Amino acid sequence: MTAEIEHDDINDLHTEPMLLNMGPSHPAMHGTVRMVLTLDGETVIKVDPEIGYLHRGFEKECEHATWTQVFPYTDRLNYVSPLLNNFGFALAAEKLLEIEATPRCNTIRTIMGEVSRLSDHLTCVGAGSLELGGFSAFLYAIEGRELIWDLTEEVTGARMTVTYARIGGLKDDITPDFADSWRVKRERLLEIIDDVDKLLTKNRIFLDRMQGTGIISQEDAISYGYSGPCMRSTGIDYDLRKDHPYFAYGDIDFDVPVGTTGDNFDRYLIRMEEMRQSIRIIDQCVAKMPDGPVNCDDPRVVLPEKERVYNSIEGMINHFKIIFEGIQVPAGEIYSYTEAGNGELGYYVVSNGTGNPWKVSVRSPSFYHMPAIHKMIEGAMIADIIPTFDTINMIGGEIDR
Amino acid sequence: MSKSDIKKLGRKFRKVVLDTSERLGMDTALIDKDAVREILEYLRDEEKMQYNMLRHLTCVDYLHRDPRFEVVYVLYSMSNKTQVVIKAAVPEDDPTIDSVHDLFGCANWAEREVWDMYGVDFKGHPDLRRILMYEEFDGHPLRKDYDKQASQPRVELRKTERDAIEEFKTFHKQQPEQGSRS
Amino acid sequence: MNFIDVALIPLLKIGVIVFGFAMLIGSMLTLAERKQSAYIQRRKGPNRAYLFRKDLRLNGLFHLIADGLKMLLKEDFVPHGANRKLHLLAPMLGLMPAMVIFAIVPFMDYACTGAMAAPIAGKDYCFPEELGALANAPLAELSNPLFNADLNHWFQVANIHSGLLYIFAVTGLAVYGSAIAGWASNSKFSLLGGLRASAQMISYEVSMGLSLAGILMIYGTLDVNELVREQGELLFGFLPQWGIVLQPLAFFLFLTASIAESKRAPFDMPEAESELVAGYFTEYSAMKFAVFSLGEFVTVVFIAAIVSTLFLGGWQVPWLYADGFHFTAASMPSAVAAQQLTVEAAQSALTANTNFAPDIALPYWLVVALRIGGFVTKVLLMCFLQLQFRWTVPRFRYDQIMHLGWKILLPLSIANLLITALVILLV
Repeated sequence: MTAEIEHDDINDLHTEPMLLNMGPSHPAMHGTVRMVLTLDGETVIKVDPEIGYLHRGFEKECEHATWTQVFPYTDRLNYVSPLLNNFGFALAAEKLLEIEATPRCNTIRTIMGEVSRLSDHLTCVGAGSLELGGFSAFLYAIEGRELIWDLTEEVTGARMTVTYARIGGLKDDITPDFADSWRVKRERLLEIIDDVDKLLTKNRIFLDRMQGTGIISQEDAISYGYSGPCMRSTGIDYDLRKDHPYFAYGDIDFDVPVGTTGDNFDRYLIRMEEMRQSIRIIDQCVAKMPDGPVNCDDPRVVLPEKERVYNSIEGMINHFKIIFEGIQVPAGEIYSYTEAGNGELGYYVVSNGTGNPWKVSVRSPSFYHMPAIHKMIEGAMIADIIPTFDTINMIGGEIDR
Repeated sequence: MSKSDIKKLGRKFRKVVLDTSERLGMDTALIDKDAVREILEYLRDEEKMQYNMLRHLTCVDYLHRDPRFEVVYVLYSMSNKTQVVIKAAVPEDDPTIDSVHDLFGCANWAEREVWDMYGVDFKGHPDLRRILMYEEFDGHPLRKDYDKQASQPRVELRKTERDAIEEFKTFHKQQPEQGSRS
Repeated sequence: MNFIDVALIPLLKIGVIVFGFAMLIGSMLTLAERKQSAYIQRRKGPNRAYLFRKDLRLNGLFHLIADGLKMLLKEDFVPHGANRKLHLLAPMLGLMPAMVIFAIVPFMDYACTGAMAAPIAGKDYCFPEELGALANAPLAELSNPLFNADLNHWFQVANIHSGLLYIFAVTGLAVYGSAIAGWASNSKFSLLGGLRASAQMISYEVSMGLSLAGILMIYGTLDVNELVREQGELLFGFLPQWGIVLQPLAFFLFLTASIAESKRAPFDMPEAESELVAGYFTEYSAMKFAVFSLGEFVTVVFIAAIVSTLFLGGWQVPWLYADGFHFTAASMPSAVAAQQLTVEAAQSALTANTNFAPDIALPYWLVVALRIGGFVTKVLLMCFLQLQFRWTVPRFRYDQIMHLGWKILLPLSIANLLITALVILLV
């Protein structure tokens, strides 16, 4: 019976552990995840996370779509930072095609990627504060996110599921007044980040809840394949933008915050600092935006301009073949990775030479962060699950695909 | 340089490394499926290589080819910042391969997903159950012969309520020293 | 002892004070909380409910009525397997202590219907038309309603001489509501919430009591009205000796402990939305839930009232006494002199000596109005402060609440007591 459980303090008192189901519909579970907790009083003895409630068959759908039709599906992976997912897949397909995007395209991809990253971090920090009870910081962060979405809407046409990237370029060039629009929003964003900082970072109660909870060690982090803010919080400096630069990250000056203890507070601080660094990156990119075309000029890949499509046979046939048969990507496989908001977002893409991908496998950061949650939670109290689950920023769309 | 890493691997395990390639910057080695544990352990523990992070574990279904499945391991070395891809071919009539869940912690869930989606059995895995699909799902959805629009049989309502305490007691009797069920 | 004195007038006072003041402000707080949180968060809050005409919205004031009606009309269910009687009893036990405490809250001093009212040494004394037997009595008897028929009990429901102990007794009863609610709902979440609530409330009652012991020692009386009168004395000749001036540490300790008693943020772990859905009142709906939530807001008002009474001077407006403003202690007879005076001597001293005239003279009805207004303002201010706390800080974890209650607040209360004792001994 329960005598098999070795606890020093309950050897004399005959108690039974309680099974509590923090079910899929629960206010604190981001997306839908079910955790079956075994509790002894307030302490968690075992936790069994169960995912799959948001599984929509991303990979199966991609196998039946053309290469360009995959982009709307990638939006819905990490739905708080859709542009980063789009650009990751575009990079994978371009590597298989062995073509290079133009410098202007790379710079715009960097800018919009960082804009998306700002949105992701604002949501994570805000939701963390919301679940701990500090409702006001959440709404300030959401105001910041609204500014980001307004900016995204100006450039791409949609607020959340944008489908902005294309293989070989982007859907549209950036708006001509982007620099002015950014300058205005940037001031307000910095104010909001400062406000949230003042409300939370030195707040005794917030520190008590976040410091020392949800700790993961470096060995466990490497073994479980951590990346992004969660990995950097343990002290390992691993940022794909610096280690394996892509897009325009090689020419830009920015710092990567690294934590020390691997607890929730470090992850929160890293996210706050990364927001400021993102603003810095966008400033630099806007200042040195290169001129030139946005799409590369490979006719097998990029749709021709509308004038050519309507006025010449070659243009029309080109357009027709790309749309109907898909971009003919040569056979091969590639694993391409970028630094998304949560960590390393990888696409393992296999092509068989036709216009439909043979396999698109997503290596989502949340799927590799979740299994180690039992290392962070077991032995802690129920109330510690909440900040832990929030700072690892598990997005339901990403983990279930 | 992982270029020489792949070549070193090929020389050391000549019998089981069937092919190596470096196309598109991806250093790939195709190995015999029975040598998976040996090779991954070697790659992880060897001093100059230290491929200690399993970046991705997935499976590809080449429908009209024998062997049909190919389990792919993408490994990364944190200290050398190099990447290597190990592929093991798994035939359809014997879809089993050794599990590496004790070498890399993240392999636990990744292997569950491959089992769920493709039906490749991992020998030695402590808890091989479906992860993304529900328990009563019939079939393995990402196989190429599974129709995208296939419908599933109806799930019968359970006649008795699950008794959570009983479940916990039986589970705990079987595995008293386990951490969580993952 | 006729029917009017014993039954009718107290019922009237209960009606005005408890229902007219406490419940009214409690209901307004349900709306005020939403509007205040909205303005903190840069949004507008509820402003849609209208009455009679579509554009008569009053910026959302009618949401009070709308919320009440909604609560009345919802389906009331009892979960499967729950104890029906206890399920019904728990909200009542939650609301009752909050309402009952208003029995001793004084809105004004004894109203004086006599000839003259003037302060002596910071306290008001009411001199009747004809002194009669009082003429040679010591001054203290003048403020005793048994002897002075011109003192009227209009502004306090019941003058319990051990009012402070009554406060402790009633706050002790507050635990039952949440404990029984958690048990009676037959749900694991509710049980966890109820257990947390009981443990938390019991822990903080001790610090609450000990921090008030300092007040008792300094002012020397348990009678709540007397406590407020004592706070009128001027310290160093010009500073009103309110509780917060003499016992600042006890003010913070008592405020923290009371907010923890009422289970409001940042101590609202028992009803933490993100973890336990709604804690011990998960399984309540409709009017029972409304009673719980009203009980919580009336508790906010009662904490505001008690803190204002004991620490912020109650109905005292600074430097305002029965005949007007006296800005320094020199314009009133001193305490030393007053001890030896009889009533008659005091009255003649007050009327004869022009030094004892007020700096700004005010009619008595104006003084009464200002004092009641002052008290209501203080209560509203403390309510605003508690609402502000809720929307600014995140909530504590459960073991941190216990740690705070037992390891920080309790030793501080005891230290406060010792320091107060030392100061009284030496000064």
